[in-house]
Amino acid sequence: MKPKYLPLTATIVIFVLSYALCVMQYPNILSTRVVGNLLTDNAFLGIAAVGMTFVILSGGIDLSIGSVIAFTGVFLAVVLENTGIHPLAAFALALMIATLFGALMGAIIHYLEMPAFIVTLAGMFLARGMAFVLSIDSIAIKHPFYGTLKGFYYKLPGGGRISLIGGLMLLVFAIGILIAHRTRFGTDVYALGGGTATAKLMGVPVGRTTILIYALSGLLAGLSGIVFSLYTSAGYSLAAVGVELDAITAVVIGGTLLTGGSGFVAGTFIGILIQGLIQTYITFDGSLSSWWTKILIGLLLFVFILMQKGIVYASRSKQRHA
Amino acid sequence: MTAILRGYALRLLPQLIALAVILLMVSLVFPGFFRLEIQNGRLYGSLIDILNRGAPVVLLAIGMTVVIATKGIDLSVGAVAASSITSGHSLAMTLVITLGTGLLCGLWNGVLVAILDIQPIIATLVLMVAGRGIAQLVTEGAILTFNDPGLIFLGSGSFAWLPLPVIIWLVFGILVALIVRKTALGMLIEAIGVNRQASTLSGVLTPVLLIAAYMLSGLCAAIAGIIAAADIKGADANNAGLWLELDAILAVVIGGTSLLGGRFSIAASVLGAIIIQSINTGILLSGFPPEFNLIIKAAIIVFILVLQSPPVRNAFTFVALLRAGRKPTEGQAR
Amino acid sequence: MQPNGENLLSATRIDKVFPGARALDKVDFHLRRGEVHALLGENGAGKSTLVKCLTGAYRRDGGTILLDGVEVDPRDTFNAQKLGIGTVYQEVNLLPNLSVAENLFLGRQPRRFGLVDVGAMNRQARALLDDYELDLDVTRALDSYSVAIQQVVAIARAVDLSGKVLILDEPTASLDAHEVEMLFRIVRRLKARGLGIVFITHFLEQVYEISDRITVLRNGQLVGTRETATLERRDLISMMIGRELAAEIRSAREGQVVAGPVRYRFENYGRKGHIAPFDLDIRAGEVVGIAGLLGSGRTETAEILFGAHRADSGMAEVDGRAVQLSSPRRAIAHRFGFCPEDRKTAGIVGDLSVRENIVLALQARRGWTRPLSRTEQNRIADHYIRALDIRTADREKPIRLLSGGNQQKAILARWLATEPEFLILDEPTRGIDVGAHAEIVRLIEGLREKGMSLMVISSEIEELVAYSTRIVVLRDRQHVAALEGNRITADQIIEAIASANERGAA
Repeated sequence: MKPKYLPLTATIVIFVLSYALCVMQYPNILSTRVVGNLLTDNAFLGIAAVGMTFVILSGGIDLSIGSVIAFTGVFLAVVLENTGIHPLAAFALALMIATLFGALMGAIIHYLEMPAFIVTLAGMFLARGMAFVLSIDSIAIKHPFYGTLKGFYYKLPGGGRISLIGGLMLLVFAIGILIAHRTRFGTDVYALGGGTATAKLMGVPVGRTTILIYALSGLLAGLSGIVFSLYTSAGYSLAAVGVELDAITAVVIGGTLLTGGSGFVAGTFIGILIQGLIQTYITFDGSLSSWWTKILIGLLLFVFILMQKGIVYASRSKQRHA
Repeated sequence: MTAILRGYALRLLPQLIALAVILLMVSLVFPGFFRLEIQNGRLYGSLIDILNRGAPVVLLAIGMTVVIATKGIDLSVGAVAASSITSGHSLAMTLVITLGTGLLCGLWNGVLVAILDIQPIIATLVLMVAGRGIAQLVTEGAILTFNDPGLIFLGSGSFAWLPLPVIIWLVFGILVALIVRKTALGMLIEAIGVNRQASTLSGVLTPVLLIAAYMLSGLCAAIAGIIAAADIKGADANNAGLWLELDAILAVVIGGTSLLGGRFSIAASVLGAIIIQSINTGILLSGFPPEFNLIIKAAIIVFILVLQSPPVRNAFTFVALLRAGRKPTEGQAR
Repeated sequence: MQPNGENLLSATRIDKVFPGARALDKVDFHLRRGEVHALLGENGAGKSTLVKCLTGAYRRDGGTILLDGVEVDPRDTFNAQKLGIGTVYQEVNLLPNLSVAENLFLGRQPRRFGLVDVGAMNRQARALLDDYELDLDVTRALDSYSVAIQQVVAIARAVDLSGKVLILDEPTASLDAHEVEMLFRIVRRLKARGLGIVFITHFLEQVYEISDRITVLRNGQLVGTRETATLERRDLISMMIGRELAAEIRSAREGQVVAGPVRYRFENYGRKGHIAPFDLDIRAGEVVGIAGLLGSGRTETAEILFGAHRADSGMAEVDGRAVQLSSPRRAIAHRFGFCPEDRKTAGIVGDLSVRENIVLALQARRGWTRPLSRTEQNRIADHYIRALDIRTADREKPIRLLSGGNQQKAILARWLATEPEFLILDEPTRGIDVGAHAEIVRLIEGLREKGMSLMVISSEIEELVAYSTRIVVLRDRQHVAALEGNRITADQIIEAIASANERGAA
């Protein structure tokens, strides 16, 4: 097997094993109802995690996505409450703002040569702050169009349903996979992760790619914000705190190297499923403290970091002796 | 000696000016800002309030400064601050367990960074994610209430007219600064941060110092956790330390220590933390809606970062070199 | 030689000036169609500067470049590539995490309906590599292949993109004999296709195996261009390292050297993959010069003695007692000192002041609990700034702002401050101007007279002759010869390196 598939395979094996374990204890987890809910509940996280995957593949990080999600939610709520704009137009506006916001961060990272960590940290404060300025209260969204959207779903055999937002997440993942592996931009993202200096020497437009990557992450964070507002039917400036951390975790558990250059969008999907599964299990169990989720995820994170370190070390020593 | 003092003053000048400007602006909108009064043997006033409320971030910033000076970063401090709170023991026992936990977390981070050679941001991410979970497990998710008078005293007592948290961070900060600057630690840490390989080749005990830096950061986090817990008379593992790591990093950055390691100043980071708290308190007092807090914070980071960014700094260096009468060499320009 | 019609690439009177150093001084270089042209010279001779001027990585300060008789002025490497000049470096400049096919077609992947046609890309990649006798799984990541194959992929990409001139910069440095053979088959094939190939290497036997002509640079100047077939090996070496000055400097030294007792003894000391086990005795008041071409194991010898890499065989003795030199700290405890070759990454601590850089090793040895007082630091720093004539505005200036020579002297001061008894200097005069050069040579002489043991690595033969009391010659990561007393002459050293090379080539 190609070594680049090793982390992904490990992720899939862990997922299948833990799923099997869960099913043995609670056969219900296999039902389409639970699976459908798993997709719906994690839709916003999954969509944001796709953007995060691209950012991390390029060797960067984006701490702003949780705040962008909250901002988008509040923005939609405020706009829909105070104006007569149709939600679809509001969606477009929100996506545009989020995309521009990401592009701006990418431009600062590239042109001012500043670490992505700090730039997106500032972005995180800024987006959250703008959400606060719009409204500090939780605003319910009562627009009838929201009800219509929520009414869309695909019925699965066995009573489960794939909601609109769950389906949207699947679609985003599919498009993400296509972009990563079937476009020049996708290859350029991997190239940046392999080494900015070399990528530049080989003709990769580093500046344009960096800006596009953060714009994409912003766009998907905005989309995730829309999904989140559909999911909760509200906009709240304190919502989605720490989502960036969950997204990073999903990406790493999904087998993507945090140092960039190696990984798969599909792996992130499994990463999301693993996180969702742990939560579902704890809900089913009922007696376990929900804090176990964090601990287990932290543990998984550690195992994956060690494993990646091992793979990098092994491939390096192989090269030395080659 | 005076030259050295002047050097210190010069180093802290930007932070002092920033702080003065912020305080002045607040006092314009809120006239009673500078008023201090003594009640029950304790000073009261907005300034004292800033010093008091800023305590956790100040403490975290002290440890974070040293870690960042080694070209590292410690994302786990918030979670460590939250997880180091235990209850049901005597005051002494609580303190020992808490501080021990902090040191242990630091040891863990340090080993990952120094021995396993994992990037600091990734290594400390593990505890950032899991630490809070562990803390919540220990406290069983509930907000514990402390009845121990000793612990409450730590959070809200006073000594020599000052609130105890202020005394704690003052003493601790001075202690760390003295240890770092009166021994050779400071220089060795800066050397590691600037060039780890050259330092190791010069005989610096790199791994030990790296681990020590992360342990100091863990210790600071633990003390910050105790103060935060004692202040609200309860340990809220869910919320204690939330975003604190980012505030601490921000304080260090405002203090002018580069995220790329090297030169650091603990005093400047403490000032940075006080600046952040002054902004928070100031916005609150001046009747601005607190929601502007974050936007102003973001604006300040962006401003300071732009000044610190390589292209801008290179432009300054270039001008300085031109003045000195020689062109920058190829290597320096890069 | 006059540029004429058969020249594919003609560079005339190329100048390149860096602040404080003239990197290229009116250098001529002519490359014919269908020839392999070796570009030789020691480190700092100007080879890579010349290549960078040809490929547009540097803008030259003077001179003209003709490609196919047309004057060209490559702005950057892409522009040069488009004009027809491609380069492959020792450090493979491809992306290890991308697949072979992606590396070959990065930025120009075949597309269908706006999406990359991976099937077509892989097919084209396979077709391209067929020309190079490579049958690879082009979908695998590049780093799953050996460096040799990565090198060939890089060549394939460069030739496919440019197609007239191929510059190979130390392509064989990390290849074994078998892989070099494979690479050379490909080079011959490209040569037959009419490409002009510039080949930079430090393996002389490879030069004689593959090249048609040789151009030698030294100190930024052209020494000459010769037909390989008619150039004697020892003539080539003396072209490269020069020896005109050697006799003069040597005769300037007065009296005979009286060395003290053996202080350091290394027996069967070595490390796999770095340097073959060697025996070495070093006396007090002795300068052991290490001679050998680049890549012969000079730096590796220094690093293993200093504990920067742990020895995996043999034993070390200091004053008759067995010691473990497993880390720089251990070595420093035995009063070793080491000025590394790569000043920037392993020597200076750039943002710290000259003072801090000077006291760093002494402070590290004392431990953090016993700080040197500021007064003491100032005294030490001032002392060495004066003694070594380190030119700096003041001792608090960040060391990165100093010139190379002054940085080197500050690193030297760092070790002298620890009062070392055994000092290892790796290329102490590399990249510094002539004045500072002479000062450092004098300094080495002075330290030896005081009874210190020194080991000095240098590419400059006349320099080694000037200060060495003994010369160890290295080749292929082995210690192959030792010269003492009046056998230390430039001729003898060149002879030793050359004969060692001939033995190796045979």
